[in-house]
Amino acid sequence: MKELVVISGKGGTGKTSVVAALATLAGPCVLADCDVDAADLHLIFEPKLIRCADFIGGAKARIKPEYCNACGKCEKLCRFDAVYHDGPGNGRTPRTFRIETTACEGCGVCVDYCDENAIEFAPGVCGQWFVSEARCGLMVHAKLGIAAENSGKLVTLVRQTAQEVAYQHGLELVFCDGSPGIGCPVIASLTGASLALFVVEPTVSGIHDFCRIAQLAARLDVPGLLVINKADLNEKIAEEIETTAVKHGILLAGKIPYLREVTRAQIARKTVVEFSDGPAAQAIRAVWAKTEKHLQSVAASTIDGLVQIQPSLSS
Amino acid sequence: MKIAVASGKGGTGKTTVATNLARVAAAGARAVAYLDCDVEEPNGHLFLKPTIDRRRSIDKPLPIVDLRRCTFCGRCSQVCRYGAIACVNKQVLIFTELCHSCGGCLLACPMDAIREVPKTIGELRQGIAGPIRFIEGRLNIGEAMSPRAIRAVKDAGPSVELSILDCPPGTSCPVIESVRGSDLVLLVTEPTPFGLHDLKLAVEMVRVLRLPLAVVLNRCHVGKPDEKRGQSPFVQSTLRANPAKGDCPLFSDQVRQYCISQDIAILAEITDDRSVAEAYSRGQLACDVVPLFAGQIRLLLERLSNGATR
Repeated sequence: MKELVVISGKGGTGKTSVVAALATLAGPCVLADCDVDAADLHLIFEPKLIRCADFIGGAKARIKPEYCNACGKCEKLCRFDAVYHDGPGNGRTPRTFRIETTACEGCGVCVDYCDENAIEFAPGVCGQWFVSEARCGLMVHAKLGIAAENSGKLVTLVRQTAQEVAYQHGLELVFCDGSPGIGCPVIASLTGASLALFVVEPTVSGIHDFCRIAQLAARLDVPGLLVINKADLNEKIAEEIETTAVKHGILLAGKIPYLREVTRAQIARKTVVEFSDGPAAQAIRAVWAKTEKHLQSVAASTIDGLVQIQPSLSS
Repeated sequence: MKIAVASGKGGTGKTTVATNLARVAAAGARAVAYLDCDVEEPNGHLFLKPTIDRRRSIDKPLPIVDLRRCTFCGRCSQVCRYGAIACVNKQVLIFTELCHSCGGCLLACPMDAIREVPKTIGELRQGIAGPIRFIEGRLNIGEAMSPRAIRAVKDAGPSVELSILDCPPGTSCPVIESVRGSDLVLLVTEPTPFGLHDLKLAVEMVRVLRLPLAVVLNRCHVGKPDEKRGQSPFVQSTLRANPAKGDCPLFSDQVRQYCISQDIAILAEITDDRSVAEAYSRGQLACDVVPLFAGQIRLLLERLSNGATR
């Protein structure tokens, strides 16, 4: 099974529009939305839900005010500045301590060292994930809870589910829509993928961010293909991007012109190739022809964890 | 005043708004600091072109084990909630990428065999861009823990009249870390289904944090058909879309309706203009070259100064 991850570094370069169109051209396949904190693919495919489950994330600490004696030990131990001295009072103290859930990283240190056993630590629901039917085949997507963390874990869960679903239905191809950046969720979406498709725009920030994401992909040993979106916006930088890509061993799959056709397709809730046969749609068809060919030469995907771990021995 | 410029969806124009706002405010003789909190992909420097005069590493403490003292009791791996330390066959393995530097293993070790050493995860750069104080964090490639680097950027921020924090996209930990403690979160959105959907998520996130917020509607009128080649780019002279002139199907109205229903002020509407995108592509501040855009940013600054937020 081959897994293609669409990624960009910079946000808003057209990852979702490109991956939606490619999945449509590819025929029955599995589409995985790995941009779990701002998932948008479902807006294009209006998927029909077949399965829905809660995502249980890491535990967060919570102080039970009735047991807190306001000793302040938790505040001293917390490395994440998550403990505030503004909880409600009780019989022993006018003001207890409180843990700000959005700042808590779930390390549990305060829980382990509270002399009053006043801190609860239970895993909670951090979001939902779904398997759906969509026009392009099947779709696996998720919604991270508001202000919840652990998005890397949810990305891995989405990818694993997409592979399972593909296997069950005898589908050979999984498309993943990645998130911007180079941090935890991006590492979780790239690790072990067959091929990364970089969607880059010809702007100073587009090329800057492409260099960083290309280095990350190289470090994770994921081969890459390049799509230059909005290519005519700045032809000089588009050329520079091509040159940079060659240095990283990344081949050009095609260029898409800067047209409102792409935005209008989105407003019509369609993929670009369903919406029109204009220059942008034709360019994406050409990208798919090259990508399809290239996919045959890359390895099957492997996911074996949140990040590729390089264990370092302690001295 | 600390203004965090955030978005939900990527590429809606956070950096464009943040850098141009900094420029326009500084031109009005205000003490301005620009903080690039998008440590995974910092781009502000490409537009403000600062002179960097101070650099230092951003570190995270990482445990190391003194094997002469270690009895391989395994307490450290039992307490670690991240699976970042494992004790097997008279060896202690530390998985550096998984470690959150919470210090739990140090506290748990009965033999005092664990101490911490700093590991560099990024770089903090400080300098000036004309009258603007510039601070940027830059996460090293392969590092997953951006919140720590963001904290370093915020800690380095000077106390000036106006601090502008350019935040990363999304709605999870890195954004939360960036916007926490700001006086206003300015959410930049674009009038598309993706833009509106992600704006709603961002609004919910900001409300969980109980911070004041306002919206900037960027690339207004983007739903219009493409112009034929040779025709001059579409520039609307007024700030509002005009349905009578055939501005439909425009998504801008849906964004406006949402903001009204949520009692959120739209502080600026910025016209979709190819010349702004072209200036951006070259690394130019659009307020220096596109007068209409400059006017819209000045109006935004004026409204921010007047506290025109709900």
